[in-house]
Amino acid sequence: MITLLFLLLGIMILGAIVALESRDLLSSIICLGIIGYSLTIIFVILQAPDLAIVQIIIETLTLVILIAAVLKTNREDTTESFGWKKMLIWGFGLVVIFLVMMAAIRAYRHLPAFASPGLQLAAYYLDRGLALTGAANIVAAIILDFRGYDTLGEATVLFTAVVGTMTVLRKTGRKEK
Amino acid sequence: MKRGMTPIVRATARFMTPFIMVLGFYVVLHGHLTPGGGFAGGVFIGGAYVLMVLAYGADGAKSVFYKQRASLFECSGIFLFWFLAVLGLLQKGVFFLNVLQKAAPGKPHTVFSAGIIPLCNLAIGIEVAAGLFSIFITLAVLSRKEKP
Repeated sequence: MITLLFLLLGIMILGAIVALESRDLLSSIICLGIIGYSLTIIFVILQAPDLAIVQIIIETLTLVILIAAVLKTNREDTTESFGWKKMLIWGFGLVVIFLVMMAAIRAYRHLPAFASPGLQLAAYYLDRGLALTGAANIVAAIILDFRGYDTLGEATVLFTAVVGTMTVLRKTGRKEK
Repeated sequence: MKRGMTPIVRATARFMTPFIMVLGFYVVLHGHLTPGGGFAGGVFIGGAYVLMVLAYGADGAKSVFYKQRASLFECSGIFLFWFLAVLGLLQKGVFFLNVLQKAAPGKPHTVFSAGIIPLCNLAIGIEVAAGLFSIFITLAVLSRKEKP
């Protein structure tokens, strides 16, 4: 199981690199799809059906929206990168990766072992969740009762994002060029 | 995008859309019992609308109409959610208190249980479906020529 997880993680990293480096925007979006669907398989393996449902349906709809949006353009990534600029970006990226890896190695030593929850709060939710909220799905009990503020903020963020998209792409009140 | 797709795609989309919608409403209404919830079910419903628009196409006036309706439903969804959150504050003085569960606890493992959690799921479902559909209309169908 661990081997399969690492294989999927490798595929996701490869997809991310190809999505960044591809000059064709449509292939970039397909590679984003590879990342998302691999994440879905990982959620299924780790027995998280709620997350898997949300991930697969969101990924599909996002891909459809992005492809429909890209097909209206000429599908070409016109970012220009000169030699020394690219060298600078690569060097800076490698330094940041090195620093993050050093910090991560030190931090991960203190994490609990794989698939063993280290929080006592989780055990409390699992024990008392049904009795306190009456919801059989413990995920719904947590996101809408114990941690309801988070979901409220999330819904508000989505509302703000939609309003922002409509405002940026509006036609009414815009000056003609 | 304006004209839609071939008759094969149209027939398949027309056949599949009711099933996708029913699955979406099921996931929303049973969010407190089975995996899923308002967010996932809302994306199902929004995706069904996106499928119909992709298959049948939408010209300028029609897509403007869709977008206005979607905005209406989106604002209703977020308003319902905030209303449910403030309801606890008004009733018992605690923000986001599950007042229905305190007042009339239903039988667990049935649809009418868990107080305001199914209502919150419904509100999130409406908001997410309408929000994603209006993002799709704005980004992919409407061009700069039409008046949004």
